[in-house]
Amino acid sequence: MQRYILVRLGQALITLLILSLAVFLSSHLTGDPGQHLLGPEGTKADYEQLRVNLGLDKPLPVQYAIFLGKVVRGDFGKSFLTGKSAREMLVARLPATLQLAGAAIALTILVGIPLGVLSAVKRDTILDMLGKLFAVLGIAAPSFWVAIMLILLFGAILGWLPTFGKGSPSHFILPAFVLGWGGMAGMVRLTRSSMLEVLDSEYVKFARIKGLPERWVIYKHALKNAIIPALTFGGLTLAGLLNGSVVVEVIFAWPGVGLLMLDAIDRRDFAVVQATVLAAGFFYIAVALIVDILYAYVNPRIRYD
Amino acid sequence: MAAPVLINRGPVAWIQDVRRRTASLPWISLTIVGILLVCAAFAPLLAPHDPTLISMLDAKQAPFEDSSYILGTDVMGRDMLSRLIYGARTSVLISMVALGSGALVGTLLGLIAGYRGGWFDSLAMRAADATMGFPSILIAMILVIMLGAGIENIIIAVVLTVWARYARMIRGEVLSVKELDFVTLAKIAGVSSPVIIARHVFPNTVNTLMVITSLHVGQVILLEASLSFLGLGLPVGAAAWGIMVAEGRAVILNVWWLSLLPGLAITAVVLAFNFFGDWLRDALDPKLRRA
Repeated sequence: MQRYILVRLGQALITLLILSLAVFLSSHLTGDPGQHLLGPEGTKADYEQLRVNLGLDKPLPVQYAIFLGKVVRGDFGKSFLTGKSAREMLVARLPATLQLAGAAIALTILVGIPLGVLSAVKRDTILDMLGKLFAVLGIAAPSFWVAIMLILLFGAILGWLPTFGKGSPSHFILPAFVLGWGGMAGMVRLTRSSMLEVLDSEYVKFARIKGLPERWVIYKHALKNAIIPALTFGGLTLAGLLNGSVVVEVIFAWPGVGLLMLDAIDRRDFAVVQATVLAAGFFYIAVALIVDILYAYVNPRIRYD
Repeated sequence: MAAPVLINRGPVAWIQDVRRRTASLPWISLTIVGILLVCAAFAPLLAPHDPTLISMLDAKQAPFEDSSYILGTDVMGRDMLSRLIYGARTSVLISMVALGSGALVGTLLGLIAGYRGGWFDSLAMRAADATMGFPSILIAMILVIMLGAGIENIIIAVVLTVWARYARMIRGEVLSVKELDFVTLAKIAGVSSPVIIARHVFPNTVNTLMVITSLHVGQVILLEASLSFLGLGLPVGAAAWGIMVAEGRAVILNVWWLSLLPGLAITAVVLAFNFFGDWLRDALDPKLRRA
């Protein structure tokens, strides 16, 4: 187990290094950053001075080492648009993204699991069909389109819900649903199939023969065992939220990290791009690492793979 | 020895026979995929108008209002039906190239890793672990800063996210195939490793290859649409479904069909491929059936 954790940790570090190298190189591949900052009016002397100030006169590996040293200390440089430090801008946007992600995860678990159980217990009824439809559409319908259609329906036509920005709790409903639908869909499918498998097992039959009330059989005996794969799926969903939150934040003008990232890319604000991309990558790698270690802890077969 | 009984069973029996064999085919999915492929292949013949032709006089026609624009026009008077048909072509081309490249890289690495084993195997599998599931939009964003927006971002992002699945699955398959007698006999006969891999091992992985591919087409189409929607892929104004949804976003209140129709197209196509993939997996390779 210790060896597995060490190997997995080393792997995560290497991935992180490759990511940082890609981000570092990205600012050098899109042209000379010195030229970029100075603009067309700069003289040759200004240019040389700027290169020395920014450390661009040093060889690339040295520059990379300096870059890494700064990143480790949380120094991503200053946004050339706002003059604020990129870290401050990132930190200011984090709560909004985390709250939205939290709401989506809560939906995935609190709606996905019960709906999956219901679908399995009421197999082949209308309820089951609706559950399956919900799951199938959640995986196939593009989230950006679903978001726009929900804005049209609940915002414009019915006027029930706010469609952009962040304020009251009702602002959460549409973005959290759109962000969470894919996860909920996967959860419904997974819970349904593992529940069906468990319901067919000997101990559930025995519990029924014993004369336990059906509700007890389902919640006390079956669900307990069916829920294990569903929980590991939760980790995967969390990582998938990174993809979704960029789209959702853009459409609902949600003031989070995803929107900041896309804006920064649009305006070539490198310090902010580096900060947000590295933060998102770090988040993903950390989550994947934790999920893998927990999974290995639960399932001993993985450790010896 | 009894002679084989040859009875002419007549047309009714023959039709029943055909029916029995095709009953389990996912007909709706196949129809949608068929329409998609025909649209993609014959877009210039099928489209009633030029998909990029701007005609402000005809702008914002609702569907079924004017007989020359059956599905209406967009804010610049471009024909929706033609743009949808050309959008099918864009989707099919990009996902074919992207998924094809990913499959090629993944399969090659999987074949070599599985057959050779050793350091190459561990290196390839560690790399697969590292890239598997890495958020594709994040990859595409890094590529956009490195290379600027363009189709190649979509393709590289897809390759980086799918190759690992191919490599892992194919490697697993190779591990069991290479222990079989015909491979051992080929080795004894002095056949070189590349030839054994190409002639004897690879053909046994084709089923898996087809199943993984059909299960991923839908995801790749969704990814292409999302990246185009965010402006990270194709240029503005291109006939692609994701871009059409984006164009309709600002005018959703008046020109609702602009976003609605391409979104429906994406959903239908992804659904069709997902069902087809599930069916193919169950039909070809029950081993791959997951919870």
